[in-house]
Formats: sequence, C-alpha cells, structure tokens
Amino acid sequence: MSEHRCFAYGDNINTDLIFAGKYTYTLRTPEEISAHALEDLDPTFAQTVQKGDVIVAGRNWGNGSSREQGVTCLKWSGVNIIIAESFSGLYFRNCINLGVHPIVCAGLSSKVKTGDVIRIEGGYIYHNGDSYPIPSLSPSVQAILDAKGLAPMLASRFSDKG
Amino acid sequence: MTGFTFAEKALARASGVSGARAGDVLDIRPDLIFSHDNTAAIRKIFLGFGGKNILHPNRVAVTLDHAVPAPTTLHAQNHAEIRAWVQEQGIGHFFEVGRGICHQVISEEGLILPSEVIFGSDSHTTHFGWLGAFGMGVGRTEMAALWATGELWLAVPQAMKITLNGKLPIGTTAKDIALRILRDLTLHGAQYRSIEFFGDTISTLSMDERPVIPNMMAEFGAMNAYFPPDEAIFTYLVQRTSRPYIPLYPDADAHYEAEYTLDVSSLAPQVAMPHEPDNVVDLDHAIGTPIQQAFIGTCTGGRYEDLAMAADVVRGKKIRSRLIIIPASADVMLRATQTGVLADLIMAGASIATPGCGPCMGNHLGIPATDEATISTGSRNFKGRMGTTDAPVYLANPYVVAASAVCGEIVYPNEVME
Repeated sequence: MSEHRCFAYGDNINTDLIFAGKYTYTLRTPEEISAHALEDLDPTFAQTVQKGDVIVAGRNWGNGSSREQGVTCLKWSGVNIIIAESFSGLYFRNCINLGVHPIVCAGLSSKVKTGDVIRIEGGYIYHNGDSYPIPSLSPSVQAILDAKGLAPMLASRFSDKG
Repeated sequence: MTGFTFAEKALARASGVSGARAGDVLDIRPDLIFSHDNTAAIRKIFLGFGGKNILHPNRVAVTLDHAVPAPTTLHAQNHAEIRAWVQEQGIGHFFEVGRGICHQVISEEGLILPSEVIFGSDSHTTHFGWLGAFGMGVGRTEMAALWATGELWLAVPQAMKITLNGKLPIGTTAKDIALRILRDLTLHGAQYRSIEFFGDTISTLSMDERPVIPNMMAEFGAMNAYFPPDEAIFTYLVQRTSRPYIPLYPDADAHYEAEYTLDVSSLAPQVAMPHEPDNVVDLDHAIGTPIQQAFIGTCTGGRYEDLAMAADVVRGKKIRSRLIIIPASADVMLRATQTGVLADLIMAGASIATPGCGPCMGNHLGIPATDEATISTGSRNFKGRMGTTDAPVYLANPYVVAASAVCGEIVYPNEVME
C-alpha cells in the first residue's frame, strides 16, 4: 500500500510544456533538468513537488518531441508513477525504459485535483471512495519496469557476461 | 492474400519471423538507426550501463542538425563530444554541421529503402514512410540499447487506413493535407497505430511534397506512417543507391482498425492556430492576424519546392516582416542557389541560415520576442516551442507563410502574387 499526493493536469500536455526544447542540449545533470520540470505549464511544480508525488493527467500526455527529459525531469523530481487517460506512444515507451510506471486509467483525471491524495493497493487506485483498476503490462515490458528501466537491465546483462 | 498490413510485414521482416500480427511483441533489428545532437547524451547512457562498442557501427548514422553552427560554447562542446565518439566507434554515416536535417539527409543519401526499418531518436522519424519504409521515433535510452544490442522490443501496432483522393487545388500543398488530417482527427487520433495511406493523390505529389505528410503524422501520434512506393520513388532512389530492395505493400484484405477518407480536390489552405497543431482553421479564419516573423524551414517544410513556392510569392517585392529561410539540407540550398530561388528571396529581404532545424524547437536563429507572432512551415506550434512562452506560432503552407511575410499579417497568397 502506498499513498501519493497528486498534481493534476489536462489533455494533450506535450513534451515542450513538460521540458522545453531550448534546454535539451545544454542542461545535463538531474538537478538542472528537474529544476525546469513543467516550467511552462505549472511554474510552481519544481518548487513544491516531493518524492512519491504522482502526475494525474488527461488524454495524450507527453505528445510531441521524443525527448526523454520529458520523463527524467519528473523522475528526478521524485515522481515514479504517471497516471493518464492515455499517453503518447513514445512517451509511454520512454516511461517504461526509464523505470517510471505509466498507468492508463480512465475516469480518474476528471475527479482528481492537485493536492488530492490517492492510495495504490493490490492493483487498484483508490480516490474519494472510488477504485480504478491498474492495467497489467506484458511480461517483457513488466520485466523492464521491474529492473527500474532498460539501462539497469542492460547493465546487469553486461555484468553477467563478466 | 493473407491480410497483413504494411507494419505487420515490415516488422516481421525486420525481426526474422515468418509472419506477425498486431499485438505480437517482437525483437526488431532495424536496418538503420540514427541520432543527432542528442548523440552525446545517448553515449552517456550507453557508457553508464557498461556499453563499450557499438555492435553494428555501419548501421548507425549521426547528423549534427539541431543547433548548428553551435550557438554557444555548451552546444559546441556537445558537438565536439559527438565527433570524437563517431571517430572512436567508427560510426558508418556521419554528417557535419551544414549538411542538413537528419530525415532529409538520410533520404537524400539513399541510406533507407522501401521495406526497411529505421529507428531514430527523433519523433519525426515517421518521415521515412514517404519512401515506403517503417520509420519510428525512439527515446535516448532505447537508442543506447540499440547501439549495444542492435535490437529493440516492439509491440506490432494496430493500423489505420487513410485514403487521399483527388488532386490538390493550386495554392495548396501537402502541408494542407497534413493539417486537415489533424484538424479532423486530432492530436491523439492515431493512438500509436501504423498509419497507412492509400489513394490516387499520392502519385500526384512530388518528391519534395510527399515527406510532409508522414513527417507530420508524428503530431497525429502515429507509431509510423506509410506511403506505398511507386515508380517515382524507385527513380528517386536509382540515383542514390545500388542496394537491392523489395518494396512491401499491405494486402488488399489487411485489417484496419479505423479508416478515414479525404477528398483533397476542394481543400482550402489550412492554418494551425496557437498553441496546438490540431487547432486548425481554413485560411479565411486566420486572415488579418498580424505577424512579426515568418519562417520557411524544418524537416517538414524546408525542401527545395518549399523555397521555390516562397520565391514565387515574394519575387520582385519587399517583405514587411522578418523572413527567415533555412534550407533542410545542403543539397536543397545548392539547388536553390543554382536556380536563382535564393537570390529572389534575398532580394525581397529574406535572411538565410545554415541548413538545420533552426528556431523550430527554440534553440536559435529566430527566437521571437515576447508577444511577437511567427508563421512557420514547421510542424509544431506548442506554447513555448520556439523558446518564448508568450509568442504565438501559426503553421501554414509555404505560399501562405511567404505572402504573410510580404504583408506583415496573414493574407491570401493570390492577393500578393497578382
């Protein structure tokens, strides 16, 4: 069982709003990148986010550029779960590969306000007395998430080879 | 016939299985993988998980295009790291500052062919569907994994059929088709499906026009987008490669989860209003909007014919707003120099910059001031996209963009050209 404070956002939040393109080739450290998370969408986010917080968004979260900082800026801010009505395909893949759990959840985003707390337990999300199932992932995809991402998975593969 | 989509056939081929269906998870071995200015960041991930040597350096391309020539020392340092890495790893295909934008250069070089699979660490990799290839964008971590292992997991996508019928009216371009699809079906309409095009419009589109549509299917949320290759594509490739290939076509009884048909013969010029590429209206509804800057360029709208269309509009006139021209490649720039297109643009008052992505994602070469409006042939107008949050961006075809530069507001191109 875990409880998480929510940041709630709407539909079609693109990766330019999540992490602006102008920073993509100059900011490199987790501290620099997380400091600009959601800068053009919610300027208060980077100052107020805490470890364990989650994003709850509408449809098509993360559309646009393939830039991974769209995920890492949140991960390095302490966000390990992103819940949305739907994700852009590329963003969903980036989440898996970076060890952030993308949860497709119909109906939650219209109920949640920033600051609400959700509970995750036994494959369900609980909020204000309602429950929402967490979809399962295919075994190969779940294995990447369990390894905390594609890079750690490959690291263990390379070290196994000796 | 066995009912396979293009995506099912292309991904079966690239994973070495005899047949694949939507939903199957396969290990794909792409024919070519590429990255750009993000190569140094990918290297860091690669070294971080213990990678030493790129498995197939001959199947790797790297272009410097996103911020070229380097606007700051930090950008220059990034390029320097990439050059050293390219040399150390013996990367097969490297394109320096000024050669052009990855998607355009890789097409011009004949590095990707019909039926092949190409993964790029750039969302507009859907572009390569114009050649009848399977192009998909990947993240940096995925690219690092591809360097190390030569393969990547992928669930074969469901497919959507889009049929384009008729011939475009004068003054409209492939850009208008792409914007119209986004207008009708929205940014999340593709749902990460394989978008497979049909219809008699395709063969009427030139080699410079065709890439626009698969390219902008990135905005539609497509995994890939495919045009069936025809004689014009085969001829384009004859001059560029001697590698053999067997084009792939979907079966007539392939399963499509969704279908959409557009008659382009009565299409009006389309304009994407701030701040979404699907916030699209007929040009009529954008007329009179003041603009301070016009931009012709990017992987979507910076090919030779885009520049030539702009030259046709501004020839013999003086522009009222700033007009920035950034050819998509050195080949484009050279041809536009030889035919006099660049001269016409310069005489009208345009400024020309090094082939590359330019201001598209807010790096340099035309960042607007607060409250300044830009009209662009690019693909994205998200809030803050060009580097400034309170600077609206409009997307349109090259005729409309150039005509708007002449008048300092969005206008009908024929009013300028008469």
